[in-house]
Amino acid sequence: MKSIDLRTITLLGGLAVIVALVFIWQGNAYGLRMLVEASCLAIVALGLNIQWGYAGLFNAGVMGFIAIAAFGTMLISYPLNPVFWQSEGPGLLGRMGLIIIIGGAITLLLSRSNRYGVPKKLRTVLTIIAAATTYLMAESALAPAAAIIEQNSGFVGGFGLPVWLGWLVGGLFAAVLAWFIGRITLGLRSDYLAIATLGIAEIVRAFLKNADWLTRGTLTVSPLPSPVPTATEIGFIAARSAYLCVTAAMIVVIFVLLQRGWASPWGRMMRAIRDNELAAEAVGKDVNRRRLEMFVLGNFIVGIGGAALVTFGGIFDPSGFSPINHTFLVLIMVVLGGSGNNLGAIFGALLVYIIWTMSEPAALFLFQHGANLIQQLFDIAPPADLPTRALQMRVFVIGLTIILVLRFAPKGLLPEKVTKYE
Amino acid sequence: MEQVGFLSAMPINEIVFFINKVVVAGLIIGSVYALGAVGLTLVWGILRFANFAHGDLMTLGAFIAFVLTMVMPGLGAAVGLPTAFVVMPIAMAITALITIGLDKAFYQPLRKTNPKPITLVIASFGVMLMLQGLIRLIWGTAPRNMYVTPKEIYRIPFAGKDIIITEPQLLLIVVTVVAIVALHLFLTRSRTGKAMRAMSDNADLARISGISTDKVVRTTWIIAGSLAAAAGTLLAMDVSLKPDLSFNILIPIVAAMIVGGIGQPYGAISGGLLVGFTETVAVFNWSILLRPLKPHLPDWIELPASIAFVPTEYKIVVPFVILVAVLIWRPNGIFKGKVL
Amino acid sequence: MSILKMTDVHAGYGGANILNGVNMEIGAHEIGVIVGPNGAGKSTSLKALFGLLTVSEGSVVFDGKDVTNAKPENLVRGGLSFVPQEFNVFPAMTVRENLEMGAYVRKDDYRHLIEKMFEYFPPLRDKQKQPAGELSGGQRQMVAIGRALMMEPKLLLLDEPTAGLSPRYMGEIFERVIAINASGVGILMVEQNARQALAIAHKGFVLAGGRNSFTDTGQALLDNPEVAESFLGGGAKH
Repeated sequence: MKSIDLRTITLLGGLAVIVALVFIWQGNAYGLRMLVEASCLAIVALGLNIQWGYAGLFNAGVMGFIAIAAFGTMLISYPLNPVFWQSEGPGLLGRMGLIIIIGGAITLLLSRSNRYGVPKKLRTVLTIIAAATTYLMAESALAPAAAIIEQNSGFVGGFGLPVWLGWLVGGLFAAVLAWFIGRITLGLRSDYLAIATLGIAEIVRAFLKNADWLTRGTLTVSPLPSPVPTATEIGFIAARSAYLCVTAAMIVVIFVLLQRGWASPWGRMMRAIRDNELAAEAVGKDVNRRRLEMFVLGNFIVGIGGAALVTFGGIFDPSGFSPINHTFLVLIMVVLGGSGNNLGAIFGALLVYIIWTMSEPAALFLFQHGANLIQQLFDIAPPADLPTRALQMRVFVIGLTIILVLRFAPKGLLPEKVTKYE
Repeated sequence: MEQVGFLSAMPINEIVFFINKVVVAGLIIGSVYALGAVGLTLVWGILRFANFAHGDLMTLGAFIAFVLTMVMPGLGAAVGLPTAFVVMPIAMAITALITIGLDKAFYQPLRKTNPKPITLVIASFGVMLMLQGLIRLIWGTAPRNMYVTPKEIYRIPFAGKDIIITEPQLLLIVVTVVAIVALHLFLTRSRTGKAMRAMSDNADLARISGISTDKVVRTTWIIAGSLAAAAGTLLAMDVSLKPDLSFNILIPIVAAMIVGGIGQPYGAISGGLLVGFTETVAVFNWSILLRPLKPHLPDWIELPASIAFVPTEYKIVVPFVILVAVLIWRPNGIFKGKVL
Repeated sequence: MSILKMTDVHAGYGGANILNGVNMEIGAHEIGVIVGPNGAGKSTSLKALFGLLTVSEGSVVFDGKDVTNAKPENLVRGGLSFVPQEFNVFPAMTVRENLEMGAYVRKDDYRHLIEKMFEYFPPLRDKQKQPAGELSGGQRQMVAIGRALMMEPKLLLLDEPTAGLSPRYMGEIFERVIAINASGVGILMVEQNARQALAIAHKGFVLAGGRNSFTDTGQALLDNPEVAESFLGGGAKH
């Protein structure tokens, strides 16, 4: 970006004022926490912006990619669980792994057996039988192993490796999952990607929630190791400031790399594909392959941001992932900020997250007073779960915002600049 | 229980258990999916986008029926049917009206701008969130019971055991059959029904033939909305009324639609039943069926306590796997060729 | 009296105009033929006068009424029918249902018209219960024209009715067009087979670059050496 226009300056300035107000109103510790969380979500938003803003791919399962990345981080960085490694757990899991490898190999061989003269129909039947047997055997090997692990050692624990490696692996987990989903759906209508990502997100959540032997399920894992000294060591403000420095540095690095990427021939090709798929295809670009690259790269960054977010929270709680907080909030950040504009994505992430966090006390305040007023006027008692209901108002507002932005500001507050790169 | 003749050699307990757990249960949940998927597939056929708010329309319809039931709880006793069922037609009509309103307010203005299909999909996510938020705001998050009186339970004697089916389940099956027949007659005999098929088949030519897009779109939403309300109400009557149905019902319904081929109502019905049966078969504990074999098996074969393809907590994986499998091998659905 | 009069019509898709001043006039019961090179705006002219894209300048008068930018459904009611070049049947619906859709806006009993279409296009009678998508190209074209005739239009617009057909079917379609015209329906068609089409035309319009380059009777255009040279591929044969 060669020049920053007045609109950008005004909007960023306004955002700075809002941030300052939050600090004054709620205190430094609170403000810092909000900023750290917003910065993690900004990384996620940058990832989603690659997919939606630059490739036109609609990912409706950001939550699933964040969750799998958080799990990857937990697995890598959480301290070793010596009880597990000394028990028969590893052996039992190894047996299951062996079953999967052998069964998988047999299945693969059978699926290619038509090359060695086996009739096609027979091949299909054999392949299905082999796959089903492998699956059932692995499943029945897992059940006792899981039971023993849960009984003796709680769960498998982690590998006790550095947090940054955990983030990287988390991002890789998300990228690998994205690769599978992308391979299946990217050649089809755009609606299918939305459905598939939505589904995979729910499945990842169901898996993490129920695989107690691996994730402790609803018992949650905490405290997750932090990349910077924790609050108990150096106090809230210092710890959060340190964390903010880490995430801010990551944003800068990712931002710069992406900006340079878009200016390169690769980025130009990506934009060409998004804006005119047919033409790009006509000049011999492998559109689906390029899209797959974008989708995988985007989810890698989504995963890293999500991993950083969960690490900051300090707790791995599979039930804590929700489509509202982790999918649609990020979507709003990107479309409101300006899809296709990285600065817009970061701006949108900060703005939306501030509004989102502030709307919680605001909604509670409004509803409490509204309910009191109704009670005084009409003598109707408010329902006991009023606070939970009040928070649902925010879900409504998110939905409404999505539609309003689509209709009245489809390009967002900081629209993509149509720049000519020489 | 004394059995005579060849029946004594049959594992009656297990067979009846299988019928109750797989055949009846699959038929029930399959009917719900079918009713939901028909609406979804019609909307996709006519408006060319996947309406992700459809699951929440079902919930909304059920809640409207719930409110009506609470307002006039005695209505059912007067007719001899559950109140929620008696008020269901009203709930269907109200939901249909709301659906048209949603289209007018949110989808239609976007359609006018000639957007990419994905824009409408995202808009439907917006509508989905709005409905979700409103439903929970008004009715809270606790599950509720649609029944004012205890449910009737029918026991059909079968070789000395009972096949159990409850009143709402029976009603659900009846409604599904009636809905399918009515929809078939509507689509093949009525002028508007044929116009819908024409628009789904070739939208431009339909316009050129003087078919009014607005009218067809309106009819589509009416059918989709009212069937969604019926499916939601009947499902809530069978189990309980929960506000968080949304994704859990959406994914199987979308799977049913894609299995059947988009825009094909008959495909959606078969797809719904297929997904429903696969779900129940997948979570069924086959160990129970094998148990009678136990005395005849050599000792070294140990029957595990549970042989299920999918543990119940992973039920949502089943429609997803079906969906993915169809997308990989038959993206046009398994009933290729026939549209509507 | 003319049934259709387009005066200085400009139209296009969004940005650049494709039509830059098209003028056409044909009388009731006449056959008008539009010819010209690719991209001359032949099909676009039909679409513009049928309300399928926005006319930015000029006017369209049909049957004495100004119908510039009228909605297709109103034009259909007023007696104008359109057969697009491609995707002109409902492939999953039966032949009979296709014809019924053509009569969608009619409120009266139109069964005798379906019978009439089977008389025009005898091969369709046996196939009336078959999905139109399963028919051969020529028969599909018959269904498409039949659908358009179900409104008993005053003027029928045909966009390249013989495109992609074998010579046998091509001849048959031209014969039908003459027969339909003889029954009192005006025809305005776009044709690639310019020579054959002009031979049966009362009026011919040669378009190039989105405007008329020649306008005359069909025969006169065929005899015009300049037209023959530039648009009909080779000198006049008469």
